Amino acid sequence: MTYIAILITYIFISNFILVQFLGMCPFIGVSKSSESALGMGMAVTFVTSIASVVCWSVYQFLLLPFELEYLRTVAFILVIASLVQLVELVIRKISPPLYKALGIFLPLITTNCAVLGIAIINIDENYGCLESFFGGLAAGLGFTLAIVLMSNIREKLDLAPVRRSFKGVPIAFVSAGLMALAFMAFDKSLLMNLHLV
Amino acid sequence: MKKSHKKELTKGIFKENPTFVLLLGLCPTLGVTTMVSNAIGMGFSVLFVLTCSNIMISLLRKVIPDSVRIPSYIVIIASFVTIIEMVLHAFVPDVYTALGVFLPLIVVNCIILGRAEAFASKNTVFDSILDGIGMGIGFTLALILIAAIREIFGSGTITLFPMGSFNGVIKIPFLNVWPIRVMTLAPGALLLMGYLKAYFEFHSRRQAKKEKLA
Repeated sequence: MTYIAILITYIFISNFILVQFLGMCPFIGVSKSSESALGMGMAVTFVTSIASVVCWSVYQFLLLPFELEYLRTVAFILVIASLVQLVELVIRKISPPLYKALGIFLPLITTNCAVLGIAIINIDENYGCLESFFGGLAAGLGFTLAIVLMSNIREKLDLAPVRRSFKGVPIAFVSAGLMALAFMAFDKSLLMNLHLV
Repeated sequence: MKKSHKKELTKGIFKENPTFVLLLGLCPTLGVTTMVSNAIGMGFSVLFVLTCSNIMISLLRKVIPDSVRIPSYIVIIASFVTIIEMVLHAFVPDVYTALGVFLPLIVVNCIILGRAEAFASKNTVFDSILDGIGMGIGFTLALILIAAIREIFGSGTITLFPMGSFNGVIKIPFLNVWPIRVMTLAPGALLLMGYLKAYFEFHSRRQAKKEKLA
């Protein structure tokens, strides 16, 4: 698959949130205001891109040569947890404004299914190093797209007359469902029409 | 069994149901519930991992230093996830393939880490076991409920495990021929979750009102 095809696949066709349901917790939890949604999305994109490459390298150069494939889950979650910590330290030192924007979201990312999800999907799909990077980047961008759209909808919903039982989370789920319905318009034929496969 | 023990066991099933009340572990809840058999497989995997990790963490709660507790919890949980992954791969390969990426993702399921942090690290081993079993059963029941609704309406069948002469699939007349296909797809899961959550909110509010009157 070409890199553009990977980007389109994970942003639109199998969007991480609306099609694959990876990263639902922050999608519901942090989508109350568009500002924090954008921050969370950017932080996730940052971490998924780096984590994909690092996890790919760990798998190829450490786990495969020593025949330790069964330790994949343990190794990946440890790598991601320490990576998030490292990224937090580096950002705090290098760019305080960026840390101010992303800082509070970084600790939450360790337990975000999207990060571990894309690392495992990269291995399952037999991607190379650069392909893994684009997979991670696209997964993060797809997450950002969905969570920003969602936060804008929820800001509008705050002012709308909603039944008391539906207020808050339930109506957010229903609107996410309608959004997912719209995303079903993107399917594999999109790639074929664009001559990417 | 003392009264408080019974409370630890039953709170996860309705009052503090991890899926509908606490909204934890949403990824597998929506991702694997296209068939009842997958929901059962996922539910019992989480039940196993949750109970075992609760026991382990509760035993080690005085040994693990406070500053490295989250990484230690994650390693303990990940080991049990690896065990259940291997067991499913060996004994029920169909369920293993159907659950796919969601099986290793049990590691980052917020229910397990949440219970470790909020309960097992502060309570005795026996209470932690009860809490783990209760929460696990609550999660399993929620998954089965969602999966049953989605499968009955979306494909008109109920898929269980084949046993003897029973091939494992119950067909629902009428819906079997004209299924509402969207229920098995992604939007159906989100819509259904929204309506179920709204029902739970409605129910708990009515309960609260009744208690106030009494």
